Amino acid sequence: MSNSFLLLLGIATPLIAALFSYLTRYNNNLRDSFGIIGGIVTLIISLRVFHGIQSNEIFEITLFNLFEGVDFTFRVTPLGSIFSLVASSLWIMASIYTIGYMRGAGEKNQTRFVIFYSIAIHAALSIAWSGNLLVLFIFYEILTFSTFPLVGHKQNSESQSAGRLYLSILVGTSLIFFLPAIFWIWLETGTLNFQDGGILINKFPIEYMSFLIALLVFGIGKAAIMPIHRWLPAAMVAPTPVSALLHAVAVVKAGVFSFLVVIVYIVGPDYLLQTNSSDWLVWLACFTIMASSIIAITKDDLKARLAYSTISQLSYIILGAALASSLAIKGASFHIITHALGKITLFFCAGAIYVTAHIKKVSELKGLGFKLPLIFVAYTLGALSIIGVPPFIGSWSKFYLIMGSLEREFIFVAIILGVSSLLNIYYLLQPVVIGFTQTRKKEIKLIKSPLTVWPPVITGIGCLILFFYSDYFIHNVNRVIT
Amino acid sequence: MMGGLFIIITSQNYLKKIVGLAIFQTAVFVFFVSLAKVLDGTAPILTKSLSVYSNPLPHVLILTAIVVGVATSALGLALVLQIYKNYGTIEEKEIENLELKSDK
Amino acid sequence: MFDLFLDDAPALVVVLPLIASAIIAFMPSKIWPWIISMIVLVFHLALSLHLIEEVSISKIIIYEFGNWEPPWGISFKIDGVNSGLQILFSSFVLISTFYSRKIFLNEIEAEDTGKAYSLWLLAIGSLNGIILTNDIFNLFVFLEISALASISLISLGAGLNRKALLAAFNYLIIGAIGATFYVIGAGFAYAMTGTLNMNDLIIQLSQYSDGQLAIFAGMSFMLIGLMVKAAIFPLHIWLPAAYSYAPSAVSTLLAALATKTILYFFARLLFEVFIIYENYLIIFLDFILFPLSVIAIFIGTLIAVYQDDIKKLLAFSSIAQIGYITLAFSLRDHSGITSGFVHIFNHALIKGGLFMSVGYFAILYKDRVTLSSIKGFGYKYPITSFALLICGLSLIGLPLTNGFISKLYLFQALYINQMYIPIASVALSSALAVVYFWKIVEQMWFSDIKPKPEKEDPSIYFPIWIITISIILFGIYSSPIIEFSTLSADYLTQGLQK
Repeated sequence: MSNSFLLLLGIATPLIAALFSYLTRYNNNLRDSFGIIGGIVTLIISLRVFHGIQSNEIFEITLFNLFEGVDFTFRVTPLGSIFSLVASSLWIMASIYTIGYMRGAGEKNQTRFVIFYSIAIHAALSIAWSGNLLVLFIFYEILTFSTFPLVGHKQNSESQSAGRLYLSILVGTSLIFFLPAIFWIWLETGTLNFQDGGILINKFPIEYMSFLIALLVFGIGKAAIMPIHRWLPAAMVAPTPVSALLHAVAVVKAGVFSFLVVIVYIVGPDYLLQTNSSDWLVWLACFTIMASSIIAITKDDLKARLAYSTISQLSYIILGAALASSLAIKGASFHIITHALGKITLFFCAGAIYVTAHIKKVSELKGLGFKLPLIFVAYTLGALSIIGVPPFIGSWSKFYLIMGSLEREFIFVAIILGVSSLLNIYYLLQPVVIGFTQTRKKEIKLIKSPLTVWPPVITGIGCLILFFYSDYFIHNVNRVIT
Repeated sequence: MMGGLFIIITSQNYLKKIVGLAIFQTAVFVFFVSLAKVLDGTAPILTKSLSVYSNPLPHVLILTAIVVGVATSALGLALVLQIYKNYGTIEEKEIENLELKSDK
Repeated sequence: MFDLFLDDAPALVVVLPLIASAIIAFMPSKIWPWIISMIVLVFHLALSLHLIEEVSISKIIIYEFGNWEPPWGISFKIDGVNSGLQILFSSFVLISTFYSRKIFLNEIEAEDTGKAYSLWLLAIGSLNGIILTNDIFNLFVFLEISALASISLISLGAGLNRKALLAAFNYLIIGAIGATFYVIGAGFAYAMTGTLNMNDLIIQLSQYSDGQLAIFAGMSFMLIGLMVKAAIFPLHIWLPAAYSYAPSAVSTLLAALATKTILYFFARLLFEVFIIYENYLIIFLDFILFPLSVIAIFIGTLIAVYQDDIKKLLAFSSIAQIGYITLAFSLRDHSGITSGFVHIFNHALIKGGLFMSVGYFAILYKDRVTLSSIKGFGYKYPITSFALLICGLSLIGLPLTNGFISKLYLFQALYINQMYIPIASVALSSALAVVYFWKIVEQMWFSDIKPKPEKEDPSIYFPIWIITISIILFGIYSSPIIEFSTLSADYLTQGLQK
């Protein structure tokens, strides 16, 4: 099988899965199984691509020309291979979990949900493998539109207004800032292709660099840097599998991935360092990290707390990109993997608690730890990974990021990262502490839902085990920036 | 000319607007025809005794324009008639009131 | 024998619809007027294709009526500027006529069908005349015929809503004022030069190259008259009501082509004739047209956001889109004119597709289409709704649709001219377009009701999908549109380069 065909197959698989889900919409089990099958197929392809990138293979396919200097091209970059691996492997988990959750919570319109979930994965994979900025933009928009039905899934007034906010912020920022920035880059350089070392050197006027970076970081609204983070907490009204999709697998990861790709393959870290045009962004990212951590502490709703935690974690990646030193960018790339794994575990747990015990608030978790031991253990594993405690995989990316900030001699940034870890410990582990220490006066009825319990356990254990196998990823992470 | 325009803008009655339009257009036609006048010229008849005659082209053009103007007036009047049948009035204010009521 | 026909092709594309219009005016039958119109328009398309082929060889065709040489006779001219538009026009009228049959059956009285198609062909013939004419007075005649035909067609909407009469009447009055202004201007030009032929006018005007007050006055009158007809902000007030209360098929024709042909002539007049007075042109474009366009983009989009009636919403969005075109023209260089023409093409397709889909909804719903009335239509009429979705995404300007190509070229033109504030306003307006368009989508797919699918009429959704597919096709393979627009710009900038 040729590499280019493999690429097309990988991108098409989620769409085919969506089609089959639609055709078998009257048979629930069959319908839902296509998500898992599609996930396995894309995982195999992503693994193949991941290994291929390790051995310097080229994965590229050009479909047609769009306009002068810009083709409709898919080409896998090392960074893209990382993101696609994350997206496809977590899709399997999410598909299994979706079955348990949607049936457990008795949601309506399950077919529509499954279909748009698959389309969203398709868009995420296409973003990962896109060969130039315009193709990335196209699938960035498709991802927004395909997740809109998921966010507004419940179709009550609350989810409708959340859906509107979600759409207007993401599409609005992308059309007002991101697209003009893309045009601008094209007009200055005549190309939009991703290249090692970027395409802007000696072509883009230095004095406008800061402005361009601002257009990009605010245009990629999915990266949720303050002050355009409002859509993320609002989208929490969606069912938990969507939150998992939003926070771990696809949407926000697509956002930070896009930004990272732009920095590494369009702007070029060296050029960024020469011009110092992203230093302001370092401080904005630091502010976002601290502010959202503090907001997270005040939230009693578990999902809202996790949402703010996500905003803070995303800014780690933006911070890494803005620092633009080699170690920082490696850390940011690695953080895509580690945060995805950790955060999906946490969301799976939050959803599992909701399905089994119908509890959403942190303060009501009293005594549940002993009733739902597996979930709470998985939650703890995920939380520890995000906090960055060894021997969990999250420690690696944080280590790189701190090293990266020291490399640029931003001592203060390293301190901020440390303080934020302390805050993490407080707001992420508080639910565990409440769950295990305090006792509950009234007994509550628990509903068994094994399909929602096992995925977080698997991903939680993954956080632990992959710490020892991080070499596997490090190789590709090292290739991101040479 | 300005008189015609003034009538169109200020009058509340649709029929009067049509009248205004007709005046406005006629004024322009006259202006056009006046361009054709050549000093001491006569009617443009092809005889050997006359050498100075008015330019006939504007007359021809205006003949077309008059036809267009008549058609416009006719269509306008037909519309006014239809409006009267549908609304029972051709006063702009009254029709606005009627529409406001029907919207509620 | 057939060659004889082809020699007269430039006249025939205009005359053929006009003759057919007279023939079918009093036909009592319901179906024959449509069949005859279709046959005529197929010939029309064939003739247009023939003309384009001729033009590609000989670069320019000047057809003199009755072999009267200019400046006495009327002449038509086909060259690089209007050949692309002619093809678009011919193909679009054919598609929309195909679409119109069932729509007219539903929206107007059966005995009026013959009259409706008579007016329809009259409008088509005269709009085509606007594209081809090379004579400024002849243009006035075509302007008025097309206006009268469109007004009558609009007033046919009175069977559904009596407001159509008021809309038609307002259009009549405002349109007639605009046309009369134009004639005054033409009179001034004639008084100074003694010619009405555009080529001749260029030669004669260059005598007065330092300018004369009478000429400037004449030019201003002509431009204002055309601005009224082309619905350039703030002279657009007739447009929203006229588009939205007209029968659906008529709105399609008007929205897609009527203003576009006039905008084309506007550009031709500016860049071919008035270019002689560059100072005047610069003042007009930079200080009048440019700010008006930027305001139009904003105001049009903003008003569209607050509309409940979907046809009105689309009409206000048209005003903003016309603003894009005039903004591009006001840059007065090659890139600007190219992007203006690109948008003329693309927007004709997009708005045509949107009005067609909404028009179909109107006859399905049997009332005015408001936001609340299309609840669940995405499930009820999936084929048409999906076409509407694609056209709408193109209106926003997302990649892979032709709307994106328009936007790309507009951005490029603005960037070359270093107009950064308009770039921001265009970007903002396209973001606002998401807001008003998404209101429609939300009602169609994400409202509280979810009806079962119902049967849709293939003879209606087939033409809609032709337009929709062409929207995607030209988004991916944009070179035909680009080539025609570049050609137009090449011709029109000859004067600029001097």
